[in-house]
Amino acid sequence: MTDVLHAKNVTKRFGGLVAVHDIDFTIPEGSIVSLIGPNGAGKTTFFNIIAGIYDPSAGSIEFRGRDMIAKARRAWMEPIAWLLPPAVLGAITLAVAESGTKNQTVLALGLTATILALLASMVIGVSRPPAYQRFMFRFGIFRSARPNDMVVAGLGRTFQNIRLFANMTAMDNVLVGMHSRLKTTWIDALLSTPRDRREEKTSRVRANELLTLVGLKGRGGVVAKNLPYGDQRRLEIARALASDPALLLLDEPTAGMNPRETAELTVLIGRLRSELGLTVLLIEHDMRVVMGISDRVTVLDHGERIAEGTPDEVRRNPKVIEAYLGTPPA
Amino acid sequence: MTAAKAAVRPPKPTGWRAIRERMRNYAHHHRSITILWTMAIAGALLIVLPRIPPLNLIQSANPWYDAFANAGVYVLLAMGLNVVVGLAGLLDLGYAAFFAIGAYTYAYSNSPFSGQDLPFFPMLVVGAAVAAVFGIALGAPTLRLRGDYLAIMTLGFGEIVPIVFVNSDPYTNGTNGIGGIYRPEALPFFGEFSPLTSFNYMIVMIVIVTVAMMLLYRLHDSRIGRAWMAIREDELAAAANGINTVVTKLLAFALGATTSGFAGVFNASKLTIVSPDQFLFAVSFTVLAMIIVGGMGNIWGVAAGGFIVFMIQAVVLKQLSGIAETLQKAGLLPVFDIGPLHVDIAKVNFVEYQYLLFGIALVIMMLKRPEGLFPSQVRRAELHAAEELGPDDPELLGALGDTPGNDEDMGDPAASR
Repeated sequence: MTDVLHAKNVTKRFGGLVAVHDIDFTIPEGSIVSLIGPNGAGKTTFFNIIAGIYDPSAGSIEFRGRDMIAKARRAWMEPIAWLLPPAVLGAITLAVAESGTKNQTVLALGLTATILALLASMVIGVSRPPAYQRFMFRFGIFRSARPNDMVVAGLGRTFQNIRLFANMTAMDNVLVGMHSRLKTTWIDALLSTPRDRREEKTSRVRANELLTLVGLKGRGGVVAKNLPYGDQRRLEIARALASDPALLLLDEPTAGMNPRETAELTVLIGRLRSELGLTVLLIEHDMRVVMGISDRVTVLDHGERIAEGTPDEVRRNPKVIEAYLGTPPA
Repeated sequence: MTAAKAAVRPPKPTGWRAIRERMRNYAHHHRSITILWTMAIAGALLIVLPRIPPLNLIQSANPWYDAFANAGVYVLLAMGLNVVVGLAGLLDLGYAAFFAIGAYTYAYSNSPFSGQDLPFFPMLVVGAAVAAVFGIALGAPTLRLRGDYLAIMTLGFGEIVPIVFVNSDPYTNGTNGIGGIYRPEALPFFGEFSPLTSFNYMIVMIVIVTVAMMLLYRLHDSRIGRAWMAIREDELAAAANGINTVVTKLLAFALGATTSGFAGVFNASKLTIVSPDQFLFAVSFTVLAMIIVGGMGNIWGVAAGGFIVFMIQAVVLKQLSGIAETLQKAGLLPVFDIGPLHVDIAKVNFVEYQYLLFGIALVIMMLKRPEGLFPSQVRRAELHAAEELGPDDPELLGALGDTPGNDEDMGDPAASR
């Protein structure tokens, strides 16, 4: 099984506070992975790093085989940067040759240096070591992935405190979620081209399907803030699903729900995996949800990973019990 | 399933409500045609009304047409600012700057001052394009800012632009402004443009407003319009849903500026003079007030708001003294004394008080109807919800969800069959 996401040694500092410290974390494709920990453990910070809201102070995020921290902003400039050193060397060699020198050693050296530089820049450009990345950042050829880049790459997320577009209808909320998958431009819209109309129609059909999937059938016309709390949570999931993500991040999806709603949502998350083939990363405080559906659980405390394993292993881990309940008196 | 749904559906509305709902449905599905018809009717009214009582008693037809054409300038400004403030939620207090840029572009290309004489209608597009470029240039540094900070920054830009025009003498003729701007070329049917026949200007304006409204509605209903509204509601959530906020916000600035540029070119050709003092903060503020009064976010609402506010400010208040005098002569307006106070309404110069009255009207408006005169349908539905039923009432949710003509039915293949 391949990994959808690989966070390599991620650290995040806020001033002197280390919110997330050197965490190495993978999410295998098709799994449901949970992230738990006491309040302030750095779960949401870690989540926001993955979602592209924060840049990590150190480390990198590889998402579906791509390094999302060093995202090429001006992709066309990167090969130019590679070719610049060999081109300069080659030019100097040529200039020396043209100047009429008969010294074969100098010419051979110049040619070798050019070829070596070409090879080196290819190796560096493909492997992208940290120094190279810093260099590319400095000149604005690289930048870290923004949240919208992550969505385009295939990541969907919900928020801990619901962040729906409160004054828009449920349908429009889902359609906004589809934004990155729609192709019509503002010019299409101005001219009302056939493509625009066709896409608008199919996207509405799809949005209705998604609303039905999360159990909001027929509620598309309701203004989001008038929906009951549990439905708002579901709508947020529908909106995140609208971008056809490969990985879904759910930040405390059952917070504030009653036991029945929680049970329903747990079933829904299971269905997302079985029916849509989604990979899910879950932050959750409700242990029944976590232990019920997770394949693997990672426990954070004070920004460090203190345990990882199957739900059963984690439940019995003394470090985890200590983090949640405190040290037993000696 | 269909039977169950039919059972939940409220009974079909009858009579007046049914007609209204069918009209609303039609308008929703055929936006551009509806706008064409509405504007044709509105245009016909604007042509006919000044020729019949009571309007022709106040002043003759030509000044009315003139006022309508000027009102059109503000309608355009209001619709453009609505894109930036009402849809994308970026509070812009320096909107008059783009108006000025459009106007100066035309003035420079069509006046004895510069010696240029370029045709009007192509310049309409050029002026708008120049304004759009400045819209992007202006928008770019403000992208990181929100709310109050953005407002202050745009306010700064709005102040800078007239000052730049004052100080770049060789190109703008400084404080005196550029005068003697050439009028548009004669039209095939309507003949020459001149101050005596404002009718032509009004017709051109109606066409411009109609086209602008159609295009803006198309944007509003598209993916881009939804992206703007999403940014207005919650910028972070919008970004987390795949919207490139940088590009989307810049597009809002650019399109707002474009509309304003149109208005600027038109205004310059009509007044035949531009000077820096036409584009002060009062203009930005008035346009903002117009969209608030009209109902922010609702395109035809802000257009109507722009028209109404302009007519009140520029015509009604100016005519109030005359009307009061006429009434007094007819014996309908008595002069009376309250203690030391001598009240003679006919002697009041209402023009002096126009900003006072305007301000009072705004205060009352905000207290009594904060959503504006013509709020968008969604906002109205939501306000009704809060007033009558409470947000969690299942009855309300059912009713709202099944209203014919809502977004959900549009894409539902079962509904259209």
